Amino acid sequence: MSTRVKEQARLEKLKNKLVRRSRRNYRRFQGVKINPSFFHKSQIKFLLMMLPMLIITLLPIIYIFSHAFKSLSELYAYPPKIFATRLTFDNFRNLILATSQTGVPFIRYIFNSLLSSTLTILLSMLIGSLAAYSFSFLKYKMKKALFALNQLAIMIVPVAIAVPRFIVMSELGLTNNLLSHVIPLLAMPVGVFLLKQFMDQVPRELYESAKIDGANNFQIYYKVVLPLVKPALMTVAILAFQASWNNVETSSLYVDDEALKTLPYYFSTLTLGTSAIAAQGMSAVASLIIFVPNIVLFILLQKNVMNTMAYSGIK
Amino acid sequence: MNKSKRKKVNDAYLFALPYFLVFFTFVIALIVISVVLSFTYYDTINFPDFVGLRNYVNLFTQDTDFMQYALPTTIKYALIIGPGGYIISFLMAWLLAQVSYKLRTVLAIILYSPSLTSGVLMAVIWKVTFSGDTRGYLNYFLLQMGFINEPVQWLQDSNMIFGIMIFVGLWSSMSVGFLAMLSGILNIDKDLYEAAYVDGMKSRWQEIFYITIPSIKPQMLFGAVMAVVGTFNAAGMASALTGAYPPPQLAGWLIVDHMNDFGFSRYEMGYASAMSVVLLMIVMIFYYVSVSLFGEKKDKRIR
Repeated sequence: MSTRVKEQARLEKLKNKLVRRSRRNYRRFQGVKINPSFFHKSQIKFLLMMLPMLIITLLPIIYIFSHAFKSLSELYAYPPKIFATRLTFDNFRNLILATSQTGVPFIRYIFNSLLSSTLTILLSMLIGSLAAYSFSFLKYKMKKALFALNQLAIMIVPVAIAVPRFIVMSELGLTNNLLSHVIPLLAMPVGVFLLKQFMDQVPRELYESAKIDGANNFQIYYKVVLPLVKPALMTVAILAFQASWNNVETSSLYVDDEALKTLPYYFSTLTLGTSAIAAQGMSAVASLIIFVPNIVLFILLQKNVMNTMAYSGIK
Repeated sequence: MNKSKRKKVNDAYLFALPYFLVFFTFVIALIVISVVLSFTYYDTINFPDFVGLRNYVNLFTQDTDFMQYALPTTIKYALIIGPGGYIISFLMAWLLAQVSYKLRTVLAIILYSPSLTSGVLMAVIWKVTFSGDTRGYLNYFLLQMGFINEPVQWLQDSNMIFGIMIFVGLWSSMSVGFLAMLSGILNIDKDLYEAAYVDGMKSRWQEIFYITIPSIKPQMLFGAVMAVVGTFNAAGMASALTGAYPPPQLAGWLIVDHMNDFGFSRYEMGYASAMSVVLLMIVMIFYYVSVSLFGEKKDKRIR
């Protein structure tokens, strides 16, 4: 009997001790500091810590903008200037004229790039979302294994399998063809993965009630699911655009016809092997033309990307 | 009942088919072909000739360019850029999570922007920055500050070229994985912090190790995978920087470069495939290290 009382007293004491400690600890807690809703000067120290990296990432970009608009005399100037003082479009004109020497007008490279990028984006979104729908909503044999395989394939770096890709591309006759720019890029495991993860967030009740209303899978896919996964679709669009717009491999390996090659390939021939200062101005313009659409698209869609990335985790 | 069930199965295959056609053709089949061809001699004209392990034996015993340059450079590069870029990405993501929304968005775009294009396509920036004459930005800066007396030939010395590759690699390392980690940190349940402080958490450092990292492990793993992928995008960078193919003293010569050289310049597809297999194995090792660090350890949980 007395042992039980003692035990109770001991427990009571322990409880009080823990409560006191929790209160003391809690005094140290000054609110959640992550993701603050407004700016406060206590955030300045974090900005200062980021500053070196921000400079390293921002300076080259600023530089490439100003270099593109420098006149020849400023490109040669000593001391070197980061910013152009007089803006000229000489480099743009030189770049366009240089292209016409190969017999293919500049506009043709732009057309090829735009067309193949657009096709890559649209087809990636279409076949990626179809596959993701089957992963998220439908039941079939091998589903788990296929998804695991797809997840593992995210880390298969495309450059690592360039040699067999070359063989397969020639065997399939995907050479000298605008589709050569598109089809190999459609195998984008990370896109399907992100789409599936995002689709998993769609409430199952929506699917079930649409099913009860007599909708078939294609109707549910098109009318119910696709509008809800727009952020993930936009993310896939960005990734597909990056893969396509920056792609040099297809033009240099699978396409011989100069008229079917794309912008970055043409630019890479300009940049490689030349160290002449005049070529630097043109190269800067070339880099600018490659870079600007990428960044504009990302700025427009960044909210969607961040939204998608919340579900990007691999478990 | 039976009929509807069969129809459902058909639908699923219709949905999955288009993607898996390209996926199997351009990922899985390619890996299989790599492995098969790596045991053959194949010049793209004649039918592949089975040679057993000869390609691998040659690769590791005869090919001094591979053993002395490509392999060690790749491993060194991957060991620095993989973890290094990854840690920078995480730190930047964490720091960004400490500032308010509008500022964070702008800064995130700036940090992410280098990874939008490849370092190779942006080579002109580095050429001018590291140019060997007094007009190069870095030389000019160092000369003005009095650190050096005469211009340094940054792009001629093999050690320097490797260093610059590391710099460019780190510059562009904040990619999709960085965004994933940032998004993960922002979505951590805020009650967790409060509960942890009640339980005796003392500092923001402890917050990182006891709350942030465990909460975003899945995103950390995704980030690690994307970091591995990004690491191997440096193919051709040394050539683009120096404007010479191959670069002087094979500086910054990666397995991918060596592989492309044999595959597409000499059409020794079998030999190049063997390198491709070695490369895939290196990628695999990195992947398994990432999984063992950040994956959910199912067997441990049961114990």
